[in-house]
Amino acid sequence: MKSEDRRVVVTGLGVVAPNGHGLKEFERALRAGTSGIRKIAALEELNFRCQVAGVPQNIPEKATQYFSDEDLLAMNQAMIYGAMAAIDAWRDAGFKVPERNSDEIFWDTGCVLGSGLSGMDTIGDVLVPKINAGKVRRMGSTLVEQTMASAISAKLSGLLALGNQVTSNSSACNTGTEAIQDAFLRIRFGLAERMLAGGAESSSVYVWGGFDAMRVLNGESNDQPTKASRPMSHSAGGFIPGSGGGVLMLESLDSAQQRGARIYAELLSAVVNCGGQRQGGSMTAPNSASVQRCIRGAVAAAKIAPEEIDAINGHLTATMGDLIEVNNWAQALECGPGKLPMISSTKSMIGHCLGAAGSIEAVAAVLELDRGFVHGSINCEDLHPELESFADNIVQKTRDEEISVIAKSSFGFGDVNGCLIFRKWRE
Amino acid sequence: MSDEIFEKVIELVGPFSKDKEALKNATENSSFLKDLQMSSSRLVDVVLAIEDTFGIEVGDDEADKILTVGSAVSLIRAKQAAAA
Repeated sequence: MKSEDRRVVVTGLGVVAPNGHGLKEFERALRAGTSGIRKIAALEELNFRCQVAGVPQNIPEKATQYFSDEDLLAMNQAMIYGAMAAIDAWRDAGFKVPERNSDEIFWDTGCVLGSGLSGMDTIGDVLVPKINAGKVRRMGSTLVEQTMASAISAKLSGLLALGNQVTSNSSACNTGTEAIQDAFLRIRFGLAERMLAGGAESSSVYVWGGFDAMRVLNGESNDQPTKASRPMSHSAGGFIPGSGGGVLMLESLDSAQQRGARIYAELLSAVVNCGGQRQGGSMTAPNSASVQRCIRGAVAAAKIAPEEIDAINGHLTATMGDLIEVNNWAQALECGPGKLPMISSTKSMIGHCLGAAGSIEAVAAVLELDRGFVHGSINCEDLHPELESFADNIVQKTRDEEISVIAKSSFGFGDVNGCLIFRKWRE
Repeated sequence: MSDEIFEKVIELVGPFSKDKEALKNATENSSFLKDLQMSSSRLVDVVLAIEDTFGIEVGDDEADKILTVGSAVSLIRAKQAAAA
Protein backbone atom coordinates (compact mmCIF):
# COMPACT_ATOMS: atom_id res chain seq x y z
CA MET A 1 0.00 0.00 0.00
CA LYS A 2 1.34 3.40 -0.93
CA SER A 3 1.38 5.84 1.95
CA GLU A 4 -0.95 8.13 -0.03
CA ASP A 5 -3.55 5.39 0.18
CA ARG A 6 -3.69 5.40 3.96
CA ARG A 7 -7.21 6.38 4.86
CA VAL A 8 -7.84 8.97 7.57
CA VAL A 9 -10.94 8.95 9.74
CA VAL A 10 -12.46 11.07 12.50
CA THR A 11 -12.73 9.21 15.81
CA GLY A 12 -13.22 12.06 18.28
CA LEU A 13 -14.75 15.53 18.43
CA GLY A 14 -14.48 18.36 20.94
CA VAL A 15 -16.05 21.80 20.83
CA VAL A 16 -16.15 24.89 23.02
CA ALA A 17 -18.45 27.25 21.14
CA PRO A 18 -20.42 30.38 22.01
CA ASN A 19 -23.68 28.43 21.66
CA GLY A 20 -22.61 25.23 23.35
CA HIS A 21 -19.81 23.27 25.00
CA GLY A 22 -19.66 19.58 24.18
CA LEU A 23 -21.32 17.65 21.41
CA LYS A 24 -24.74 17.36 23.03
CA GLU A 25 -25.19 21.07 23.70
CA PHE A 26 -23.64 22.05 20.38
CA GLU A 27 -25.81 19.69 18.32
CA ARG A 28 -28.93 20.88 20.13
CA ALA A 29 -28.02 24.51 19.45
CA LEU A 30 -27.21 23.85 15.79
CA ARG A 31 -30.49 22.03 15.24
CA ALA A 32 -32.54 24.69 17.03
CA GLY A 33 -30.74 27.64 15.44
CA THR A 34 -29.65 28.94 18.84
CA SER A 35 -27.46 32.00 18.63
CA GLY A 36 -24.49 32.34 20.98
CA ILE A 37 -24.06 36.04 20.26
CA ARG A 38 -24.46 38.27 23.30
CA LYS A 39 -24.01 41.88 24.34
CA ILE A 40 -20.48 42.38 25.73
CA ALA A 41 -20.19 45.15 28.30
CA ALA A 42 -16.48 45.73 27.70
CA LEU A 43 -17.08 46.47 24.02
CA GLU A 44 -19.60 49.16 24.91
CA GLU A 45 -17.33 50.68 27.56
CA LEU A 46 -14.46 50.79 25.09
CA ASN A 47 -16.51 52.47 22.33
CA PHE A 48 -16.39 49.64 19.82
CA ARG A 49 -18.71 50.03 16.86
CA CYS A 50 -19.67 46.38 17.29
CA GLN A 51 -20.65 45.67 20.89
CA VAL A 52 -21.81 42.07 20.57
CA ALA A 53 -19.74 38.91 20.24
CA GLY A 54 -19.72 35.15 20.60
CA VAL A 55 -18.15 33.99 23.86
CA PRO A 56 -18.33 30.43 25.28
CA GLN A 57 -20.21 30.45 28.59
CA ASN A 58 -19.16 29.49 32.13
CA ILE A 59 -15.66 28.54 31.07
CA PRO A 60 -13.74 29.64 34.22
CA GLU A 61 -15.96 27.34 36.35
CA LYS A 62 -15.64 24.45 33.91
CA ALA A 63 -11.91 24.88 33.49
CA THR A 64 -11.28 23.84 37.09
CA GLN A 65 -12.72 20.41 36.22
CA TYR A 66 -10.17 20.02 33.41
CA PHE A 67 -7.01 21.60 34.78
CA SER A 68 -5.13 21.84 38.06
CA ASP A 69 -4.67 25.21 39.74
CA GLU A 70 -1.03 24.99 38.77
CA ASP A 71 -1.93 24.53 35.10
CA LEU A 72 -4.38 27.43 35.19
CA LEU A 73 -1.73 29.83 36.48
CA ALA A 74 -0.24 29.82 33.01
CA MET A 75 -3.21 29.28 30.69
CA ASN A 76 -4.89 32.16 28.90
CA GLN A 77 -8.28 31.91 27.23
CA ALA A 78 -7.22 30.43 23.91
CA MET A 79 -5.11 27.81 25.70
CA ILE A 80 -8.10 26.89 27.89
CA TYR A 81 -10.55 26.74 24.97
CA GLY A 82 -8.14 24.70 22.85
CA ALA A 83 -7.15 22.29 25.59
CA MET A 84 -10.74 21.75 26.74
CA ALA A 85 -11.83 20.96 23.18
CA ALA A 86 -8.81 18.70 22.68
CA ILE A 87 -9.35 16.80 25.92
CA ASP A 88 -13.02 16.35 25.02
CA ALA A 89 -12.01 14.99 21.60
CA TRP A 90 -9.40 12.74 23.22
CA ARG A 91 -11.96 11.26 25.63
CA ASP A 92 -14.57 11.05 22.88
CA ALA A 93 -12.08 8.94 20.91
CA GLY A 94 -11.89 6.52 23.84
CA PHE A 95 -8.72 7.64 25.62
CA LYS A 96 -8.11 8.57 29.24
CA VAL A 97 -6.24 11.70 30.24
CA PRO A 98 -2.94 10.29 31.52
CA GLU A 99 -1.86 10.76 35.12
CA ARG A 100 0.70 13.51 35.49
CA ASN A 101 3.17 11.19 37.19
CA SER A 102 2.85 8.51 34.49
CA ASP A 103 5.87 8.19 32.19
CA GLU A 104 3.93 6.74 29.27
CA ILE A 105 4.25 8.79 26.09
CA PHE A 106 1.99 8.54 23.04
CA TRP A 107 4.70 8.44 20.39
CA ASP A 108 2.19 7.94 17.55
CA THR A 109 -0.03 10.85 18.56
CA GLY A 110 0.59 14.54 17.98
CA CYS A 111 -1.35 17.75 17.55
CA VAL A 112 -1.71 20.76 15.30
CA LEU A 113 -3.60 23.43 17.22
CA GLY A 114 -3.41 26.94 15.88
CA SER A 115 -4.83 30.38 16.47
CA GLY A 116 -5.26 33.55 14.46
CA LEU A 117 -3.88 36.02 17.00
CA SER A 118 -1.88 34.37 19.73
CA GLY A 119 -2.03 35.27 23.42
CA MET A 120 -3.60 38.68 22.89
CA ASP A 121 -5.35 38.73 26.27
CA THR A 122 -2.06 37.99 28.04
CA ILE A 123 -0.22 40.55 25.94
CA GLY A 124 -2.86 43.23 26.48
CA ASP A 125 -3.64 42.60 30.12
CA VAL A 126 -0.18 41.79 31.50
CA LEU A 127 2.81 42.01 29.19
CA VAL A 128 2.43 45.48 27.72
CA PRO A 129 1.25 47.28 30.89
CA LYS A 130 4.01 45.74 33.04
CA ILE A 131 6.79 46.38 30.57
CA ASN A 132 5.68 49.94 29.88
CA ALA A 133 5.62 50.58 33.63
CA GLY A 134 9.22 49.40 33.87
CA LYS A 135 8.17 46.32 35.81
CA VAL A 136 9.53 43.56 33.64
CA ARG A 137 10.97 41.93 36.76
CA ARG A 138 7.46 41.72 38.20
CA MET A 139 5.89 39.82 35.29
CA GLY A 140 6.58 36.35 36.61
CA SER A 141 7.52 33.27 34.67
CA THR A 142 4.37 32.54 32.68
CA LEU A 143 4.47 35.12 29.89
CA VAL A 144 6.46 33.29 27.23
CA GLU A 145 4.50 30.06 27.45
CA GLN A 146 1.25 32.00 27.06
CA THR A 147 2.30 34.30 24.24
CA MET A 148 4.53 32.10 22.08
CA ALA A 149 2.79 31.19 18.83
CA SER A 150 2.78 27.53 19.86
CA ALA A 151 1.22 28.20 23.28
CA ILE A 152 -1.86 26.05 22.74
CA SER A 153 -0.17 22.96 21.35
CA ALA A 154 2.75 23.21 23.77
CA LYS A 155 0.40 23.13 26.75
CA LEU A 156 -1.59 20.24 25.34
CA SER A 157 1.44 18.02 24.78
CA GLY A 158 2.11 18.09 28.52
CA LEU A 159 -1.50 17.46 29.48
CA LEU A 160 -1.80 14.41 27.21
CA ALA A 161 1.81 13.18 26.94
CA LEU A 162 1.86 13.56 23.16
CA GLY A 163 5.03 12.29 21.54
CA ASN A 164 4.56 12.93 17.82
CA GLN A 165 4.67 16.32 16.09
CA VAL A 166 3.31 19.05 18.36
CA THR A 167 2.86 22.39 16.65
CA SER A 168 0.64 25.41 16.10
CA ASN A 169 -0.17 26.71 12.66
CA SER A 170 -1.53 30.10 11.68
CA SER A 171 -3.25 31.22 8.51
CA ALA A 172 -5.74 33.81 9.77
CA CYS A 173 -9.33 32.66 9.40
CA ASN A 174 -8.23 29.50 7.61
CA THR A 175 -6.19 28.34 10.63
CA GLY A 176 -8.58 25.68 11.98
CA THR A 177 -9.14 24.19 8.55
CA GLU A 178 -5.44 24.27 7.73
CA ALA A 179 -4.63 22.51 11.02
CA ILE A 180 -6.90 19.66 9.96
CA GLN A 181 -5.15 19.54 6.60
CA ASP A 182 -1.70 19.43 8.20
CA ALA A 183 -2.74 16.64 10.55
CA PHE A 184 -4.45 14.74 7.74
CA LEU A 185 -1.30 14.71 5.63
CA ARG A 186 0.88 13.62 8.55
CA ILE A 187 -1.31 10.57 9.09
CA ARG A 188 -1.77 9.90 5.37
CA PHE A 189 1.98 9.81 4.87
CA GLY A 190 2.45 7.40 7.74
CA LEU A 191 4.23 9.80 10.11
CA ALA A 192 1.57 9.56 12.82
CA GLU A 193 -1.37 7.35 13.71
CA ARG A 194 -3.42 9.96 15.52
CA MET A 195 -3.44 13.75 15.48
CA LEU A 196 -5.56 16.19 17.44
CA ALA A 197 -6.28 18.99 14.99
CA GLY A 198 -8.01 22.33 15.23
CA GLY A 199 -7.77 25.86 16.51
CA ALA A 200 -8.71 28.21 19.31
CA GLU A 201 -9.21 31.94 19.63
CA SER A 202 -9.57 34.04 22.76
CA SER A 203 -12.49 36.35 23.62
CA SER A 204 -10.34 39.44 23.81
CA VAL A 205 -10.96 43.06 22.93
CA TYR A 206 -7.36 43.07 21.76
CA VAL A 207 -8.20 40.40 19.18
CA TRP A 208 -11.38 42.08 18.02
CA GLY A 209 -10.26 45.72 18.07
CA GLY A 210 -8.29 45.57 14.84
CA PHE A 211 -11.31 44.22 12.98
CA ASP A 212 -13.58 46.88 14.49
CA ALA A 213 -11.14 49.54 13.31
CA MET A 214 -11.27 48.09 9.79
CA ARG A 215 -15.06 48.52 9.86
CA VAL A 216 -15.58 44.91 8.88
CA LEU A 217 -17.74 44.14 11.95
CA ASN A 218 -21.49 44.72 12.08
CA GLY A 219 -22.07 47.72 14.34
CA GLU A 220 -25.75 48.08 13.51
CA SER A 221 -27.21 45.27 15.61
CA ASN A 222 -25.92 46.04 19.08
CA ASP A 223 -29.41 45.95 20.55
CA GLN A 224 -30.27 42.65 18.90
CA PRO A 225 -27.33 40.34 19.56
CA THR A 226 -28.96 37.13 18.34
CA LYS A 227 -29.87 38.83 15.05
CA ALA A 228 -26.46 40.40 14.57
CA SER A 229 -24.69 37.68 12.58
CA ARG A 230 -26.48 37.68 9.23
CA PRO A 231 -24.58 35.72 6.55
CA MET A 232 -26.14 35.73 3.08
CA SER A 233 -28.80 38.28 4.07
CA HIS A 234 -29.52 41.56 2.31
CA SER A 235 -28.97 43.30 5.65
CA ALA A 236 -25.55 41.70 6.28
CA GLY A 237 -23.32 44.51 7.48
CA GLY A 238 -20.14 42.78 8.51
CA PHE A 239 -19.23 39.84 10.69
CA ILE A 240 -19.64 39.36 14.43
CA PRO A 241 -16.49 38.32 16.29
CA GLY A 242 -16.57 34.96 18.00
CA SER A 243 -14.22 32.82 20.06
CA GLY A 244 -13.76 29.30 21.36
CA GLY A 245 -12.11 26.10 20.26
CA GLY A 246 -12.79 23.09 18.09
CA VAL A 247 -10.72 19.92 17.78
CA LEU A 248 -11.00 16.73 15.74
CA MET A 249 -9.19 13.50 16.56
CA LEU A 250 -7.96 12.31 13.19
CA GLU A 251 -6.73 8.74 13.04
CA SER A 252 -5.47 6.28 10.49
CA LEU A 253 -8.19 3.82 9.55
CA ASP A 254 -5.85 0.97 10.50
CA SER A 255 -5.38 2.28 14.01
CA ALA A 256 -9.07 3.07 14.45
CA GLN A 257 -10.12 -0.41 13.34
CA GLN A 258 -7.44 -2.16 15.35
CA ARG A 259 -8.66 -0.61 18.56
CA GLY A 260 -12.32 -0.89 17.62
CA ALA A 261 -12.86 2.86 17.75
CA ARG A 262 -16.15 4.48 16.84
CA ILE A 263 -15.68 6.20 13.47
CA TYR A 264 -17.69 9.34 12.70
CA ALA A 265 -16.52 10.02 9.18
CA GLU A 266 -13.71 9.64 6.71
CA LEU A 267 -11.75 12.73 5.78
CA LEU A 268 -11.50 12.13 2.05
CA SER A 269 -9.39 15.14 1.20
CA ALA A 270 -7.97 18.34 2.60
CA VAL A 271 -6.53 21.02 0.36
CA VAL A 272 -5.17 24.50 1.05
CA ASN A 273 -3.83 27.09 -1.36
CA CYS A 274 -3.33 30.82 -1.83
CA GLY A 275 -4.40 33.25 -4.49
CA GLY A 276 -1.10 35.08 -4.37
CA GLN A 277 -2.96 38.37 -3.89
CA ARG A 278 -3.24 38.58 -7.67
CA GLN A 279 -6.17 38.46 -10.12
CA GLY A 280 -8.43 40.44 -7.80
CA GLY A 281 -7.11 38.82 -4.65
CA SER A 282 -5.53 40.98 -1.95
CA MET A 283 -4.60 40.79 1.72
CA THR A 284 -8.31 40.87 2.56
CA ALA A 285 -10.13 39.82 -0.63
CA PRO A 286 -10.14 36.41 -2.29
CA ASN A 287 -8.84 35.62 -5.74
CA SER A 288 -11.87 33.70 -6.99
CA ALA A 289 -9.80 31.61 -9.38
CA SER A 290 -7.75 30.31 -6.46
CA VAL A 291 -10.85 29.63 -4.36
CA GLN A 292 -12.30 27.56 -7.20
CA ARG A 293 -8.98 25.84 -7.72
CA CYS A 294 -8.90 24.90 -4.03
CA ILE A 295 -12.44 23.46 -4.12
CA ARG A 296 -11.81 21.60 -7.38
CA GLY A 297 -8.57 20.25 -5.98
CA ALA A 298 -10.36 18.93 -2.92
CA VAL A 299 -13.06 17.28 -5.03
CA ALA A 300 -10.45 15.65 -7.26
CA ALA A 301 -8.34 14.47 -4.32
CA ALA A 302 -11.46 13.02 -2.70
CA LYS A 303 -12.01 10.99 -5.90
CA ILE A 304 -15.66 11.91 -5.98
CA ALA A 305 -17.85 13.64 -8.56
CA PRO A 306 -18.97 17.17 -7.63
CA GLU A 307 -22.60 16.06 -7.58
CA GLU A 308 -21.83 13.62 -4.76
CA ILE A 309 -21.46 16.58 -2.37
CA ASP A 310 -24.72 16.82 -0.43
CA ALA A 311 -23.97 19.84 1.71
CA ILE A 312 -21.53 22.70 2.16
CA ASN A 313 -20.57 24.29 5.44
CA GLY A 314 -19.35 27.57 4.00
CA HIS A 315 -17.01 30.24 5.27
CA LEU A 316 -19.92 32.73 4.92
CA THR A 317 -19.13 35.49 7.41
CA ALA A 318 -21.81 38.11 6.56
CA THR A 319 -19.74 40.39 4.36
CA MET A 320 -19.82 40.98 0.63
CA GLY A 321 -17.57 37.93 0.47
CA ASP A 322 -20.67 35.73 0.89
CA LEU A 323 -21.90 36.52 -2.63
CA ILE A 324 -18.49 35.81 -4.11
CA GLU A 325 -18.22 32.57 -2.14
CA VAL A 326 -21.59 31.12 -3.16
CA ASN A 327 -20.86 31.90 -6.80
CA ASN A 328 -17.41 30.37 -6.48
CA TRP A 329 -18.93 27.15 -5.17
CA ALA A 330 -21.39 27.03 -8.07
CA GLN A 331 -18.61 27.60 -10.60
CA ALA A 332 -16.15 25.21 -8.98
CA LEU A 333 -18.74 22.44 -8.80
CA GLU A 334 -20.01 23.36 -12.26
CA CYS A 335 -23.59 23.41 -11.14
CA GLY A 336 -26.15 26.05 -12.04
CA PRO A 337 -28.45 27.69 -9.51
CA GLY A 338 -30.80 25.09 -8.12
CA LYS A 339 -28.17 22.36 -8.36
CA LEU A 340 -25.88 23.72 -5.66
CA PRO A 341 -25.57 21.40 -2.64
CA MET A 342 -27.38 22.56 0.50
CA ILE A 343 -25.33 25.37 1.99
CA SER A 344 -25.37 27.01 5.41
CA SER A 345 -23.28 29.13 7.74
CA THR A 346 -22.48 28.06 11.29
CA LYS A 347 -21.24 31.63 11.82
CA SER A 348 -24.87 32.79 11.72
CA MET A 349 -25.11 31.36 15.27
CA ILE A 350 -21.60 31.69 16.72
CA GLY A 351 -20.06 34.59 14.83
CA HIS A 352 -16.65 34.37 13.23
CA CYS A 353 -14.36 32.50 15.61
CA LEU A 354 -11.31 33.46 13.48
CA GLY A 355 -8.53 30.91 14.05
CA ALA A 356 -11.02 28.52 15.63
CA ALA A 357 -13.71 28.99 12.98
CA GLY A 358 -12.67 26.25 10.58
CA SER A 359 -12.35 23.59 13.24
CA ILE A 360 -15.51 24.47 15.21
CA GLU A 361 -17.39 24.43 11.91
CA ALA A 362 -15.73 21.16 10.91
CA VAL A 363 -17.06 19.66 14.15
CA ALA A 364 -20.51 20.89 13.09
CA ALA A 365 -20.07 19.35 9.65
CA VAL A 366 -19.00 15.96 11.01
CA LEU A 367 -21.92 15.98 13.49
CA GLU A 368 -24.30 16.70 10.62
CA LEU A 369 -22.96 13.72 8.68
CA ASP A 370 -23.05 11.43 11.68
CA ARG A 371 -26.44 12.48 13.03
CA GLY A 372 -28.23 13.06 9.72
CA PHE A 373 -29.13 16.74 9.56
CA VAL A 374 -28.13 19.97 7.92
CA HIS A 375 -28.38 22.91 10.29
CA GLY A 376 -30.17 26.06 9.28
CA SER A 377 -28.39 29.31 8.61
CA ILE A 378 -30.24 31.81 10.77
CA ASN A 379 -30.86 35.50 10.10
CA CYS A 380 -31.09 35.33 6.30
CA GLU A 381 -34.87 35.63 5.97
CA ASP A 382 -34.09 38.66 3.84
CA LEU A 383 -31.88 36.68 1.49
CA HIS A 384 -29.55 38.87 -0.53
CA PRO A 385 -31.20 39.54 -3.92
CA GLU A 386 -28.08 38.37 -5.73
CA LEU A 387 -28.47 34.98 -4.01
CA GLU A 388 -32.16 34.65 -4.90
CA SER A 389 -31.41 32.03 -7.58
CA PHE A 390 -29.81 29.86 -4.86
CA ALA A 391 -32.77 30.27 -2.47
CA ASP A 392 -33.68 26.56 -2.57
CA ASN A 393 -30.11 25.55 -1.72
CA ILE A 394 -29.60 27.93 1.19
CA VAL A 395 -30.80 26.10 4.29
CA GLN A 396 -32.63 28.48 6.61
CA LYS A 397 -34.39 25.92 8.81
CA THR A 398 -32.65 22.74 9.92
CA ARG A 399 -33.42 19.76 7.72
CA ASP A 400 -33.40 16.24 9.11
CA GLU A 401 -31.81 14.48 6.23
CA GLU A 402 -29.20 11.76 5.86
CA ILE A 403 -26.26 13.20 4.01
CA SER A 404 -23.27 11.29 2.73
CA VAL A 405 -20.69 13.91 1.78
CA ILE A 406 -20.13 17.40 3.21
CA ALA A 407 -17.55 20.01 2.20
CA LYS A 408 -16.13 22.57 4.63
CA SER A 409 -14.35 25.66 3.40
CA SER A 410 -12.48 28.50 5.05
CA PHE A 411 -10.82 31.60 3.64
CA GLY A 412 -8.44 33.96 5.35
CA PHE A 413 -6.49 37.20 5.19
CA GLY A 414 -3.48 36.71 3.00
CA ASP A 415 -5.74 35.32 0.26
CA VAL A 416 -5.51 31.80 1.69
CA ASN A 417 -8.10 29.08 1.18
CA GLY A 418 -8.89 25.69 2.63
CA CYS A 419 -11.35 22.96 1.73
CA LEU A 420 -12.09 19.68 3.52
CA ILE A 421 -14.34 16.90 2.24
CA PHE A 422 -15.81 14.45 4.75
CA ARG A 423 -17.82 11.34 3.95
CA LYS A 424 -20.10 9.54 6.37
CA TRP A 425 -18.24 6.46 7.51
CA ARG A 426 -18.67 3.31 5.47
CA GLU A 427 -16.21 0.43 4.93
CA MET B 1 8.45 33.32 64.54
CA SER B 2 10.31 30.88 62.32
CA ASP B 3 7.29 28.59 62.21
CA GLU B 4 5.17 31.47 61.02
CA ILE B 5 7.59 32.20 58.19
CA PHE B 6 7.77 28.52 57.30
CA GLU B 7 3.97 28.22 57.12
CA LYS B 8 3.75 31.36 54.99
CA VAL B 9 6.35 30.06 52.53
CA ILE B 10 4.43 26.80 52.19
CA GLU B 11 1.28 28.79 51.51
CA LEU B 12 3.03 30.88 48.84
CA VAL B 13 4.45 27.80 47.14
CA GLY B 14 1.01 26.11 47.17
CA PRO B 15 -0.31 27.26 43.80
CA PHE B 16 2.92 26.28 42.03
CA SER B 17 3.37 22.80 43.50
CA LYS B 18 2.13 19.85 41.47
CA ASP B 19 2.27 17.49 44.45
CA LYS B 20 -0.18 18.69 47.09
CA GLU B 21 0.52 15.65 49.33
CA ALA B 22 4.21 16.44 49.45
CA LEU B 23 3.32 20.03 50.21
CA LYS B 24 1.33 18.96 53.28
CA ASN B 25 4.31 16.96 54.57
CA ALA B 26 6.94 19.50 53.61
CA THR B 27 9.91 20.20 55.91
CA GLU B 28 12.70 22.78 55.76
CA ASN B 29 14.66 20.24 53.73
CA SER B 30 12.01 19.88 51.01
CA SER B 31 13.33 20.93 47.65
CA PHE B 32 10.95 23.01 45.52
CA LEU B 33 11.68 21.21 42.29
CA LYS B 34 12.25 17.60 43.34
CA ASP B 35 10.05 17.17 46.38
CA LEU B 36 7.29 19.69 45.78
CA GLN B 37 7.23 19.07 42.01
CA MET B 38 7.48 22.67 40.89
CA SER B 39 8.50 23.61 37.36
CA SER B 40 11.91 25.27 37.54
CA SER B 41 10.56 28.37 35.81
CA ARG B 42 8.09 28.90 38.69
CA LEU B 43 10.94 29.63 41.16
CA VAL B 44 10.77 33.15 39.75
CA ASP B 45 7.15 33.42 40.84
CA VAL B 46 7.89 32.13 44.33
CA VAL B 47 10.57 34.79 44.75
CA LEU B 48 8.14 37.52 43.62
CA ALA B 49 5.53 36.24 46.08
CA ILE B 50 8.12 36.25 48.90
CA GLU B 51 9.15 39.83 48.03
CA ASP B 52 5.54 41.01 48.08
CA THR B 53 4.52 39.14 51.21
CA PHE B 54 7.51 39.98 53.38
CA GLY B 55 8.24 43.42 51.96
CA ILE B 56 11.82 42.53 51.06
CA GLU B 57 13.93 42.67 47.93
CA VAL B 58 15.69 39.54 46.74
CA GLY B 59 18.64 39.98 44.42
CA ASP B 60 19.21 37.67 41.48
CA ASP B 61 22.18 35.97 43.15
CA GLU B 62 20.18 35.42 46.32
CA ALA B 63 17.22 34.11 44.33
CA ASP B 64 19.44 31.52 42.66
CA LYS B 65 20.13 30.00 46.07
CA ILE B 66 16.50 29.53 47.02
CA LEU B 67 16.10 25.84 46.25
CA THR B 68 14.53 24.46 49.42
CA VAL B 69 11.85 25.66 51.79
CA GLY B 70 14.55 26.09 54.44
CA SER B 71 16.76 28.25 52.22
CA ALA B 72 13.79 30.57 51.61
CA VAL B 73 12.99 30.77 55.32
CA SER B 74 16.64 31.54 56.20
CA LEU B 75 16.88 34.27 53.61
CA ILE B 76 13.67 35.90 54.78
CA ARG B 77 14.81 35.72 58.40
CA ALA B 78 18.19 37.26 57.55
CA LYS B 79 16.59 40.08 55.55
CA GLN B 80 14.14 40.85 58.33
CA ALA B 81 16.93 40.85 60.94
CA ALA B 82 19.01 43.20 58.79
CA ALA B 83 16.08 45.58 58.42
CA ALA B 84 15.17 45.51 62.10
